[in-house]
Amino acid sequence: MAHPSQLGFQDAASPIMEELLHFHDHALMIVFLISTLVLYIIVAMVTTKLTNKFILDSQEIEIIWTLLPAIILILIALPSLRILYLMDEINDPHLTIKAMGHQWYWSYEYTDYEDLGFDSYMIPTQDLTPGQFRLLETDHRMVIPVESPIRVLVSAEDVLHSWAVPSLGVKMDAVPGRLNQTAFITSRPGVFYGQCSEICGANHSFMPIVVEAVPLEYFENWSFLMLQDA
Amino acid sequence: MSETIQEKIKTYRTAPFDARFPNTNQTRNCYQNYLDFHRCNKALSSKGQDVTPCEWYQRVYKSLCPMSWVSKWDEQIENGNFPGKI
Repeated sequence: MAHPSQLGFQDAASPIMEELLHFHDHALMIVFLISTLVLYIIVAMVTTKLTNKFILDSQEIEIIWTLLPAIILILIALPSLRILYLMDEINDPHLTIKAMGHQWYWSYEYTDYEDLGFDSYMIPTQDLTPGQFRLLETDHRMVIPVESPIRVLVSAEDVLHSWAVPSLGVKMDAVPGRLNQTAFITSRPGVFYGQCSEICGANHSFMPIVVEAVPLEYFENWSFLMLQDA
Repeated sequence: MSETIQEKIKTYRTAPFDARFPNTNQTRNCYQNYLDFHRCNKALSSKGQDVTPCEWYQRVYKSLCPMSWVSKWDEQIENGNFPGKI
């Protein structure tokens, strides 16, 4: 989840998010290097005592400052396209979950075997127990088996919403009447938080998403108990 | 695929990748399987044949379609005003 005074991304919990994180580091490093170089050149220009005004052209430097940016752009584009195609790979999910956006809560449906459906409301601040996170906790979490490819079909029952979990590198718009597919694998067990990412009315900021990745036996126990409760 | 439809239904995990719907928008995937289930039922039962192969389409649409969509469509079929062709 997010931390106070956080500057970078949250720790990655899925392989795709790891790739995105590393790519961002790579691209940002290039940006820092170019910015430092430009700043140095500006300072040098402004503080020099040399006043030669008769430099008209120079083939060598023109070639360098044309070729080098082109190479840098290719060095950025290649990893970027690699990740783009990686995200587009055909995956073979083990489980399908539907996340339906409502005003103002999410509901999750696990219907591969039985019809399991439940709502997930934010826990109001006054009902939090010590150690819980304000505006992020929900009464029911979306529990999934760890290290299994999951397909999530996102839709909405009223207005536009968006289902996002930053540490998994997932964001998908929830459009009424449309079923949007996204997929991910969690590389480690844990609890991953997200928030609705499309303005949807008064309580748009108060319909968070909590994904809990657990070993398969725990998931099977949980789904059995949830079915009994329903 | 040498696997029979019975084996495929028995080892069903979730809706597999369908090359007819390779993109993000899976609305048609859900709707098509729903239609195919009812069409399959109608076709096989009109010939007096066993309708168990149709269960595949049912498993797939149950996996993909939101429960509210399915109950709305089922109600429309019952009332005779389902817009799709079955």
